[in-house]
Amino acid sequence: MKILVCMKQVPQKDAPLKLNAGGTWIREDVSYEVNEPDAYALEEALRQKEKNGGEVIVITAGPGRAQQVLREALAKGADRAIHLEDDAFVGFDALNMARALAAVIKAEPFDLIFTGLQSDDYGYAQTGVILAELLGIPHATIVMQIESSGDGIRVKRELEAGYFQFVEMPLPAVLTIQSGINKLRYATLLGIKQAKNKPLRKITLAELQSAVPAGAAGNLQKIERLYVPQKTKNTEFIQGTPAEAARTIVEKLRNEVRVI
Amino acid sequence: MVIPFRGVDFLEFDSLLNDDERLVRSTARQFIEENLIPIIEECNRAGRFPRELVKPMAALGFYGASLQGYGCAGMSNVEYGLVMQELERGDSGLRSFVSVQSALVMYPIYTFGSDEQKQQWLPALQSGEKIGCFGLTEPDFGSNPGAMRSRARKSGREYILNGEKMWITSGSIADVAMIWAKVENPKEEKDERNTRNTKDECVRGFLVETDRPGFKAQDIHGKWSLRASVTSGLSLQDVRIPESNLLPATQGLKSPLMCLNQARYGIAWGAIGAAMACYDCALQYAQLRKQFHDKPIASHQLVQEKLAWMVTEITKAQLLALQVGRLKDEKKTQHQHVSMAKRNNVWMALECARLSRDILGANGVADDYPIMRHMMNLESVKTYEGTHDIHTLILGQNITGLDAF
Ligand SMILES: Cc1cc2nc3c(=O)[nH]c(=O)nc-3n(C[C@H](O)[C@H](O)[C@H](O)COP(=O)(O)OP(=O)(O)OC[C@H]3O[C@@H](n4cnc5c(N)ncnc54)[C@H](O)[C@@H]3O)c2cc1C
Ligand SMILES: Cc1cc2nc3c(=O)[nH]c(=O)nc-3n(C[C@H](O)[C@H](O)[C@H](O)COP(=O)(O)OP(=O)(O)OC[C@H]3O[C@@H](n4cnc5c(N)ncnc54)[C@H](O)[C@@H]3O)c2cc1C
Repeated sequence: MKILVCMKQVPQKDAPLKLNAGGTWIREDVSYEVNEPDAYALEEALRQKEKNGGEVIVITAGPGRAQQVLREALAKGADRAIHLEDDAFVGFDALNMARALAAVIKAEPFDLIFTGLQSDDYGYAQTGVILAELLGIPHATIVMQIESSGDGIRVKRELEAGYFQFVEMPLPAVLTIQSGINKLRYATLLGIKQAKNKPLRKITLAELQSAVPAGAAGNLQKIERLYVPQKTKNTEFIQGTPAEAARTIVEKLRNEVRVI
Repeated sequence: MVIPFRGVDFLEFDSLLNDDERLVRSTARQFIEENLIPIIEECNRAGRFPRELVKPMAALGFYGASLQGYGCAGMSNVEYGLVMQELERGDSGLRSFVSVQSALVMYPIYTFGSDEQKQQWLPALQSGEKIGCFGLTEPDFGSNPGAMRSRARKSGREYILNGEKMWITSGSIADVAMIWAKVENPKEEKDERNTRNTKDECVRGFLVETDRPGFKAQDIHGKWSLRASVTSGLSLQDVRIPESNLLPATQGLKSPLMCLNQARYGIAWGAIGAAMACYDCALQYAQLRKQFHDKPIASHQLVQEKLAWMVTEITKAQLLALQVGRLKDEKKTQHQHVSMAKRNNVWMALECARLSRDILGANGVADDYPIMRHMMNLESVKTYEGTHDIHTLILGQNITGLDAF
């Protein structure tokens, strides 16, 4: 089985965010990390390979700094990497990104293509879905489990409110992977050393000219303005008997604050 | 209040590191965050070494990380240092365990051992199947190990070892002890290839399996420092080992000192980790804790002075350790460079722990926060591997050419 994992480098979740001067995106000089669901997608691909054999290839589109994501994936056990390298990819919307990825994938077929469920920065949850459409192959989203079944696979999808759906699908297919479906491994020190000798192919934006001719200008989506939410202090007094007040608090914690 | 660790990079230190170095650091940091931080305060209270982490650390390649072959990762010295930093950010005790296993047991076998010794021990130590300890210090000889009393006597094809070792990290959990002892009758023992005749020449290293008759290890209790690390006294009474357990290339006191130089280098990085943990905790605490006029204590000048001092010293220590590491990677480092880094960095870490403790007020003395634990740990780190003052004398001797020991 030949599996491609699409991985993205995103601003670190718990690092303080700095907005760019135009207020349209995050400044370059923040800390970066692997998009969380992508890390699980990689782990799942490595596990599938360990079970069924095959090859795991990782791909990312982003500036030079994004290579760190590929290095880490290679250190964890991916066989080779592809880097679509250009600063402009940071501003690509899901459609444009899927077009760029599809152009590479059309040249080299895969049995399975994994993406994360969504990216921690834009949060579109669309790249994988559009990618499948552009490639003309089926997809399943929010995948929690993958088993082989006949010539194809059987996947478990997460629905809302604790429900799941099981889907049989043929290969090749695109799956968008949910965080937490497995336990992530660490890159071992030996793995980090060995990663140096694994192939890493670079592709420039110019080579993808026919797929994304206008670069980021070909986006269909545009961010008008980003701003940090205003902090306002708002004290609410909950009235009623202790039992009523308790019920209201539980309701608020569940639906407004969403901590229980 | 849980204060998550964010690292310290004031002067774009990270830009001096390459991708691999940053990846090594983030792997070690993540491992510590997920596996040690949740249990370390419990370990510290109970005086328990988290032995359950021995194998997982082996799987990541933490033992003998800078050695080549035998399953070792062949890290650069800077990468190795960054691992030490992250381990000690968690706890000096865990870092001590890894230092001993790597720099004080695997390194001498790698450097002074025969092929059979390397084949027998290095893979087993690398994989955490076997644990090692390093016995140099004795009850009566610490800073001056050259005067040690431990003796090895040749008897047929065996050596018979006698002596007491004290303050030995991992002593009672070790499968093999790297014992330094003076060979009696050095004249008989010496062969033609060695014609020099200095007093130190008879100190040699022996691999002693700890299940040999006459070998005993007893833990030292009541330690207020490195509580998550095992420290023992060793007693060797007529312990017989085959002559093949002698590390053939050990030759005098300089052999154990070469090991210590490796370990000290790691400590110079490790101390930065402990300092970062304290400083980052104190900084976040000071921004949240309000006192007087409903203002965060971080807004008071005296608190800012402490924070400014710490971030400056940590930054200087990072640059010092990195420079020594880069020199080491170019095989240009000298022992006095390592002494300077160990001496300075442990001292500054201890000062950071004290200042951070102060900033947390009463909370600083409780183990809800890591600071007091680091402070107590660092007292040992200041003493072992050459005390602060001994490193002063090493530097003094180097710059003046005069011996002040
Ligand atoms: C937790 C812990 C773990 C340890 N683990 C190990 C281990 O695994 N293996 C091992 O072999 N050892 C180990 N040690 C021992 C350590 O290396 C020694 O404690 C250290 O070398 C100092 O020796 P000492 O304690 O005998 O102090 P001493 O040598 O008695 O020194 C006492 C004081 O006198 C000062 N002093 C000594 N000589 C001079 C001088 N000429 N001029 C000025 N001042 C001087 C010292 O700086 C120090 O302040 C460990 C120690 C600790 C605390
Ligand atoms: C073991 C122990 C026993 C104790 N027993 C008692 C007891 O019996 N009864 C009792 O009432 N209390 C007791 N205390 C509490 C003790 O008096 C307080 O811890 C102390 O007053 C400091 O307050 P804090 O811990 O809240 O620190 P904070 O007031 O939060 O101070 C934190 C840091 O900020 C600094 N700081 C605060 N304000 C300023 C400023 N304006 N400018 C510059 N720096 C500032 C402080 O110097 C300190 O470094 C005890 C504490 C301990 C540790």
